[in-house]
Amino acid sequence: MPELRDIVQFFISGMTMGGIYALIALGFVIIYNVTGVLNLAQGEFAMVGALLAVSFYKTGLPYPLVIILSVLAVVLLGVIMERLTINPARSRGASVITLIIITIGVGMIVRGISLIVWGTNPYSLPPFIKADTLHILGAYMRPQSFWVIGLMLLCVTLLYLFLEKTMVGIALKACVVNRLAAMLMGIKPERMSLLSFALSGGLGAIAGIVMTPLILASYDMGLMLGLKGFVAAVAGGLTSAPGAVLGGLLVGLLESFGAGIISSGYKDAFAFIILLIVLYLRPSGLFGLKGFKRV
Amino acid sequence: METVGLFLKRFLGLVARNQSLAFIIFAIFIFILPQLIASNYYMGIMVNIAIYTIIVVGLCLLMGFAGQVSLGHAAFYGLGAYGSGILTATYGFSPWIAMIIAAMITALVAFIIGKPILKLKEHYLALATLGFGIIIYIIFQEAFRHTGGPTGLSGIPNLAIGDFSFRRDRQFYYLVWTFTLLAIWLAYNIVDSRIGRALRSIHSSEVAAASMGVDTTKLKLQIFVVSAVYASVAGSLFAHWANYINPGSFGFLASIMFVVMAAVGGMASIWGPVFGVTIILVLVEALRDIMPRFMGHAGGEYEIVVFGVILVLVMIFMPGGVTRTVMDNLFRVLPKDKNQMSGKANSKNSPDGTVKQAANTGEGS
Repeated sequence: MPELRDIVQFFISGMTMGGIYALIALGFVIIYNVTGVLNLAQGEFAMVGALLAVSFYKTGLPYPLVIILSVLAVVLLGVIMERLTINPARSRGASVITLIIITIGVGMIVRGISLIVWGTNPYSLPPFIKADTLHILGAYMRPQSFWVIGLMLLCVTLLYLFLEKTMVGIALKACVVNRLAAMLMGIKPERMSLLSFALSGGLGAIAGIVMTPLILASYDMGLMLGLKGFVAAVAGGLTSAPGAVLGGLLVGLLESFGAGIISSGYKDAFAFIILLIVLYLRPSGLFGLKGFKRV
Repeated sequence: METVGLFLKRFLGLVARNQSLAFIIFAIFIFILPQLIASNYYMGIMVNIAIYTIIVVGLCLLMGFAGQVSLGHAAFYGLGAYGSGILTATYGFSPWIAMIIAAMITALVAFIIGKPILKLKEHYLALATLGFGIIIYIIFQEAFRHTGGPTGLSGIPNLAIGDFSFRRDRQFYYLVWTFTLLAIWLAYNIVDSRIGRALRSIHSSEVAAASMGVDTTKLKLQIFVVSAVYASVAGSLFAHWANYINPGSFGFLASIMFVVMAAVGGMASIWGPVFGVTIILVLVEALRDIMPRFMGHAGGEYEIVVFGVILVLVMIFMPGGVTRTVMDNLFRVLPKDKNQMSGKANSKNSPDGTVKQAANTGEGS
């Protein structure tokens, strides 16, 4: 039977990783809701953000500037991806599965280029604030974990405000609710599509950057991150931001407790088994709306 | 020149419209090919193409016709491979018996998994198949007492009939392509039957199909199991060819690759998988060959980038898959025949296509 100290430790690391997965899941949800595409390159956004931050940091720029530049760069990457690949494909009548495969292709390109630029080495960043490791109930917690959770909550709040209170945000939501009606109201779905990719790029970059001081970053971290983010997004229902967050935290906690209590090798399987059970019991995900399809 | 073009067009029209003729021509081509190709290296590539084609044909039945996505099909491929491998290497079964047993086990697993999973819709189904695929992969990795774990399972014997062992690539080539042709023929018969039409109706609209009396649940499960058995047989063949397997060939990346092959080839026709598999495999080999000549020291990184670029370009400009685009354009290039009825062999105006307004979803054939 694990001690309290272990349980707290599992909880802390689970919440931390969960925050990362939540940010990535948010990116998935945004793009999916606005465009219907599952962006399987989402994890690569995080990777590029992290590695760019490492490179920028090495040039000696102040840390906050490094972070802002990296996030903006990945936002730009999202924009380029949407304009160069998704948009042309869609205007040629590509089906959803085709678009998803395009995101797979883009993911490969980004991964390949990252491999060329940064090689296979792992890189790290210093923590955002120099502070000692905390001890909570006998478990260790690095202050960077607060940054993860904090930034995640900040992003969710800002996103909420954006979607509810600003014109652009409301336009974005309109596209989700009824694309045709939105067009009739003068909203351009293409622009919303662009915006969704830009937003998701930013969120992914934040996830990657805030994670690197805790866990080293390398060119191939995008795959697993993207996969788990996808799982989190679907578990949360793919339709809402809170769902994505809770999905992310769920995946993080399951993974952490699974690794601690069950053998480390089977821990990923454990998380997936639980998720399959969740899906079986609630086929639309934890918070998904029981969608109705056009017949 | 006109007459040649005309003849070509008539001939191609005949072939395109008559699947049986196309099939026979293809089979003849396959059986002649080894006479034209001397090297073992190309034999190896062709064997690879044959094995993957079996898997992707099964996948196409599931995804293209029934419209159910599967991101974990490598699991079934692995189950066949490990099933055959373990039964023959560890327990000394005959390879043929082992293949059948492995296929039965895979079918059972597919049935058990499929029953709850196939109730899910779209992305949830994708996630469930993904999760299932990963779970099976992890089992391959962790159950090392039976599977050999990450280091794999070796000592798998060759397939044999009596004293004749399918040892060399050329011998195996004929064996495996027989299976592949059988697989394609079987798939074609499924598609062009009541069952096939029922499947396509499910793809178009499950509710409408159900209201027409189609037992959607049973049919979806059946085709899921069939596609799993396809993959299992391919896995068994692979195990007996390579004589060594490890979990790396049966993971998430493999599952994705199968889906990519299906999409690139085009899911609207039985020939799509053949083209898709061939294009992808040839592309990978070609890149491996050519890239070092352009950039001496470069390793696999540049290949990944180029591969990704080509994949993206193909998907943008040929969203319905290569087969459909080629077929559609073929008839525009060749000179028109005044006597022939116009209209392409690939029916864009098929009844299936008009129900959904989305263009080029790659359905129907």
